[in-house]
Amino acid sequence: MFGAGGGTSSYLEVQEADVILLWGSNAREAHPIFFHHVLKALDSGSRMYAIDPRRTSSAKFADRWLGISVGTDIALANAMGREIIAAGLHDRDFIARATTGFEKYKAHVEVCTLDYAAQVTGVPAEAVRDMAHAYASAPTAQILWTLGITEHHNAVDNVVSLCNLALLTGHVGRRGSGLCPLRGQNNVQGGGDMGAIPNRFPGFQDLTDPTIRAKFEAVYRTQLNSVPGKHLTLMFEAMAAGELRACYVIGENPADSEADVAHARKLMADLDILVVQDIFMTRTAEMADVVLPASLAWAESDGTVTSSERRVQRVRAAVPPPGQARHDIDIIAELARRLGFDWGHPSAEDLWEELRSLSPMHGGMSWERLEASGGLQWPCTSEDDPGTEFLHDWLWADDLRGHAPAPFSITHHVPPAEQLSEEFPLRLTTGRALDSYNTGVQSRGYVSPIRYGDAIDVSPVDAATLGVVDGERVLVSSPRGSVEMDVRIQPDIPAGLTFTTFHFPELVDANVLTNDEWDRRSGTSEFKAAAIRITKLNSENSENSENGSKRPTNQASQANQDLERSREHAPA
Amino acid sequence: MSTTDTSDVTTDITTDTSDVTSEATTETSDVAETITETAVTITIDGRSVAVPEGATIGAACNAAGVNTPTLCWAENLTPVNVCRVCVVELEGSRALVPSCSRIAEQGMVIHTDTERVRHSRRMVLEFLGSSVDLSQTSDLHHWMDIYDADCDRYSEDDHDAKRVDEPVKIQDELYIRDYSKCVLCYKCVEACGDDAQHTFAIAVSGRGFDARISTEFDASLPDSACVYCGNCVAVCPTGALQFKTEYDLRQAEQWRPEDQTVTRTVCSYCGVGCNLELHVQDERIVKVTSPSDHSVTSGHLCIKGRFGWQYVHG
Amino acid sequence: MTDIYLSDERATDPEIAAVNAALSAAGADPADPVVILETDRLYTSGTARRRQRRHFLLPALHALQNTAGWISPGGVNYVAEMLGVPPAEIFGVASFYDLLHTEAPDHLDDVFHVCVDSPCRIEGANDLADRLRAEGKHVHLGPCLGQCERAPALFVQGCGGRPDYVPADSAATGATAKAATGATTAQASDSATTQAPDSASTKASTEQPFLLPQAPNKSLRLLRRIGVVDPCSLDSYIAHGGYTALHRAAEIGAEAVLESVAASGLSGRGGAAFPTGVKWRAVAAESAQPEQSEQPKRSKQSKHVVANCDESEPGTFKDRIVMQHDPFALIESMTIAALSTGATQGWIYIRGEYPLATTRLQNAIKSARAAGLLGTNIADTQHQFDIVVRRGAGAYICGEETALFNSLEGFRGEPRNKPPFPTTHGLFGEPTAINNPETLLNVIDIVNEGADAYRSRGTERSPGTKLFCVSGRIGHAGLYETPFGITLGELIDLAGGVTGSGQLQAVLMGGAAGSFVGPDSLGLPLTLEDTRAAGTTLGSGVVMVFDTSVDMTDVVVRIAEFFRHESCGQCVPCRVGAVRQHETLVQMQHRGRLSPQRRALIDDMAEVMADASICGLGHTAASAVRSALSLGLISQAPISPGLISQASIS
Repeated sequence: MFGAGGGTSSYLEVQEADVILLWGSNAREAHPIFFHHVLKALDSGSRMYAIDPRRTSSAKFADRWLGISVGTDIALANAMGREIIAAGLHDRDFIARATTGFEKYKAHVEVCTLDYAAQVTGVPAEAVRDMAHAYASAPTAQILWTLGITEHHNAVDNVVSLCNLALLTGHVGRRGSGLCPLRGQNNVQGGGDMGAIPNRFPGFQDLTDPTIRAKFEAVYRTQLNSVPGKHLTLMFEAMAAGELRACYVIGENPADSEADVAHARKLMADLDILVVQDIFMTRTAEMADVVLPASLAWAESDGTVTSSERRVQRVRAAVPPPGQARHDIDIIAELARRLGFDWGHPSAEDLWEELRSLSPMHGGMSWERLEASGGLQWPCTSEDDPGTEFLHDWLWADDLRGHAPAPFSITHHVPPAEQLSEEFPLRLTTGRALDSYNTGVQSRGYVSPIRYGDAIDVSPVDAATLGVVDGERVLVSSPRGSVEMDVRIQPDIPAGLTFTTFHFPELVDANVLTNDEWDRRSGTSEFKAAAIRITKLNSENSENSENGSKRPTNQASQANQDLERSREHAPA
Repeated sequence: MSTTDTSDVTTDITTDTSDVTSEATTETSDVAETITETAVTITIDGRSVAVPEGATIGAACNAAGVNTPTLCWAENLTPVNVCRVCVVELEGSRALVPSCSRIAEQGMVIHTDTERVRHSRRMVLEFLGSSVDLSQTSDLHHWMDIYDADCDRYSEDDHDAKRVDEPVKIQDELYIRDYSKCVLCYKCVEACGDDAQHTFAIAVSGRGFDARISTEFDASLPDSACVYCGNCVAVCPTGALQFKTEYDLRQAEQWRPEDQTVTRTVCSYCGVGCNLELHVQDERIVKVTSPSDHSVTSGHLCIKGRFGWQYVHG
Repeated sequence: MTDIYLSDERATDPEIAAVNAALSAAGADPADPVVILETDRLYTSGTARRRQRRHFLLPALHALQNTAGWISPGGVNYVAEMLGVPPAEIFGVASFYDLLHTEAPDHLDDVFHVCVDSPCRIEGANDLADRLRAEGKHVHLGPCLGQCERAPALFVQGCGGRPDYVPADSAATGATAKAATGATTAQASDSATTQAPDSASTKASTEQPFLLPQAPNKSLRLLRRIGVVDPCSLDSYIAHGGYTALHRAAEIGAEAVLESVAASGLSGRGGAAFPTGVKWRAVAAESAQPEQSEQPKRSKQSKHVVANCDESEPGTFKDRIVMQHDPFALIESMTIAALSTGATQGWIYIRGEYPLATTRLQNAIKSARAAGLLGTNIADTQHQFDIVVRRGAGAYICGEETALFNSLEGFRGEPRNKPPFPTTHGLFGEPTAINNPETLLNVIDIVNEGADAYRSRGTERSPGTKLFCVSGRIGHAGLYETPFGITLGELIDLAGGVTGSGQLQAVLMGGAAGSFVGPDSLGLPLTLEDTRAAGTTLGSGVVMVFDTSVDMTDVVVRIAEFFRHESCGQCVPCRVGAVRQHETLVQMQHRGRLSPQRRALIDDMAEVMADASICGLGHTAASAVRSALSLGLISQAPISPGLISQASIS
């Protein structure tokens, strides 16, 4: 909605926010050091609302936790918008100067009353009203989100619903106020910035713009394809349609990480050729025809990565890569040579200098400056530009400095694609644990005393209904498949909801369960909302899994003991 | 303790009267928590030094090129001024003042190398050296030489001065705790608590010489609230808290800081962009820290950044 | 449901009930815990709620201790849940205090605390402890209990829900004529078997009047109602002139009160002798609600008046007597302080070993509240002020004002560095006037009769009267009030002269933090200026008399041990220095001599403690020791090991 994709604010600014909406994010575990800045804010008197189906460890620091039903974010956001307008708390001057489409938005959300929100989200109307008023009345306020917003079939609508709130209240484009998606990987921001998006060149420059294409073609000395490519999810669709027959996977483990992973594996197995370039022999690499061992991007190679606050920072080689592993740049250059293009042996610095000659928002970031500083935040257009702390200050200029006003968006609440049913009555959502990471290929390398493995969190109410105890091995099934998991009775999730991490695919193939329904604009799958059922296993048949758990929860240890005892007394 | 003074204290507090009144009259906004650009000029060892309003005497000493020993101060933590090795003489104050935390005020006259200052620093160093194992405290021996500290003079032939004597606690594979090296600088508690991590797994317990850093009821770390961010280890000045990798190498007499390189890079996990300093010895990472002046981390990491590198070496 | 990591242990039902009751009594609603479960989809909690509850920690810990005889892991978990305080922090706080135990006891009996500081140690503390042990009691030898006029002192810490009590007070309220005389030294042994009173405060109205060693006379100002007024009756207090000062203060207004207090020359009686008028003026000048524009997230919410009733300087018992026998006077004077400084919240932090004074103050607050003398519209002034009583838990350091703030706020009682001062950054970081009870009581006279009349007593630089806690080898130990300027010799004569050998060896002035003077100081006028000039101190008014038969080495080694025990441990000079000083003196006691090197070491240690410690405890931890050395009070002859072991407390 505002152009380039990046968090509008710097981490430090969250300390200045009077009100923080932490929406669909368990930053305490998934972004712990960013959360330190949030904690500083709370210590200095900021108020925080956590919007999350689970009462996460982050939500426990909040002044209020609103446990919305999975996938009802738009209903909540629109109801907040309606309440803010109805209470006259919207920023009329800001709206008039810097936005378009307010009247349409206002008319659209008119039906989204507090009662409607309560009915859809499951959160009391009073709490929605309280949050709306707090957000709108705060001198500064930020909305922070992560995958709880984006791993849905309507990810983009979710995001723009939150943007609407910022436009309504003027909580964007100024110090302390903003909209901040927290990135899940250390260079997911940088990947997009560098053009690893189907329709963009580096610096979010439009692939279809002939002038821009010509600029790149001149430097790349080749003709570039003007047709946007496919994002990951479309690639799998293309595989399914038989259109995509060869795949070169760099640093990704889709054979574990894709939603409805069994289906994804089958599609990859059917490819004509699969090339995998990785630092690990992942499950995807095991399926590959060719494996190109790469050096670690962060400890065995030089380069840059870009963080969630648009900060470009240097990574540096500290140790030599093992065996035949090579720098990604070397591998690609070598591949090019064998395909008939001699690119020489460019260094990371060479490539960076080329990049910044092509991407205006990186233009001022010389290698020397990156080397010397703790990083620079884009846009940074000239070498005397200190970088940009927060984006979109033009929204507050009388003439908008030539920008087009920011549009309100019309969004509709559409429930998760997979509805609960008698057969699959429980909602499954997924997320990260503090000490582990994604499919665990990195985080399994160390012994964490706080690791508990991929258990399925079940509310005490549901556990009682199911007749399962803490630590019990159960069968978890979704319309796509079944896995065995250990139950962890978790008082922090409401009845009807279950939760699991996905860090131990070798032990629990959790993504067998998740739904690959995806957002047509972002390509993200709906990891956050599957429908499942839990069935008891015959305890004699189940094997007690060893998930490397060093510290079971209190209840778990008790339950484990109970279980042990019951086994001891079970007839042989 | 309803009375704590001798006449000395009375004098002290009476001379402080001016402070109270001047504060009461001049303080219109919140006390100097925010450093503004307004300069304050003070005199340090006869030299005039200008520092921003809100800066400490210690910062002014640095600006003046005067080195000051400290154990409990760190750039990324709130000063607790407990070690008292940084005390300086402030004209008009009966007692010495901690340079790490005392805010510089216009016109202050500071002496950092008087007999009183040297005596106090020497005694504090002797007190610590006579109580705990400082063998792995960097930088301190240099100061002990400067102040001619004699840590052995507290024991007599038939009497050993009481020492902190605790077995090393090894309760997991990530870090160890050796409280016989602990100088009770409070840094670990601050890093675990509201200066960074907000986990509050450890606190100071007990009182006086028997005060110790402890979990509740001395529970083992895996049974405590600890989330293994290792921020306590990173701020420990004495080696009382030590990464297991370092501890093991030291036990094997293979810890060679002089052979180590430190490379700054970015963590490979989430998208926050925490800067890491990889300490490498013999082509292997032996520990990970973060620069305390980096705006993202302030020197603090999470368990993944701190310990999640081990896959690098298989 | 909890927000913090808890172990498996759970509190017992009695522990839960006791904590809930304590929270209710302290003003926290146990039904309103830090985490509110509004529905299964809506919780309210947050940093602000946690902060608001932290100061309930000490009352909750008292309740646990009183129930189970220790701070159990299950109890810690329950309190952690109720208040949102992490268990490690609770453990850190609990383990700071002598009256709280973090190890499981092997019994559920009451614990008999016997004071082993002077003068109790020279008046048979060990014999008392032996007798109690022989009766099968659990005895704990500990520091001064603030009953030095009736040494050896005894305090009983209740367990299993039984209340704490002081047998000597129970005897007094139980109408035993002998105990009511107050000044005998033999009564403690008689009362050792006294059972806990049902309710000390309700019986007070019928008790025998308490008699001061001084006959009622016109020169008694602060003590004029002691033994005359019914301490449990507001009507009685008013009938004896009570609350005229508050009404007059309301009439003349805050500015006039501030002027009078400044003009009176009143200075702090807790020991530091800081000008009260300056302190109050500074607090009054602080705005309670600064403009919201600068930092909207932070604002100082209110101002506080704190009465520092943590009277624990060895040899001091004046505040206890005043609080027990004239509690309304403290309430009235605090209210005047509030009116003149603009404070809205009052706090009484009273040492845990004063159960009777605590109940009487609580009763007085209740009565004053019922009469509209506390609350939202005090004496029709529109001013809001109320007072909360909080008990300490056995830590001398908490008498240091900033340590007291930390303790009251629910943290370890560790002193803060000054500046900033309490007048701007006091309790909860907010502007605070903190005064000793004796200081506050003076304000009543100052308001009633004006500064000039007040200054007619005492000397030019030490106006008014002073309370003296006279104890030790003296004819009539007890609390005395005289105008400043009486000589030490006159005071000793007033108190019946030196007993024991009849020959004065030394007087400890100002308590353990003070210093010894010898017989050549009998002509010393007891004023701030004269004692300061003489290199000693009035401190809190301790005048502890030792005759020539007392082994002063033992007395001095015990003082060193006292500081070793009471050092909070925060700063190095005091934490280690207090230990090294004690070790050196114990070695001296063993060897019977102090080598020149050791003597020099003592001086070295004294200097760093005085120069580099954070607070007054460290600053003064060596002053009595050094004065004893320079007066030659310490025996250079070997003594028997038996005496040494007696000198050490467990």
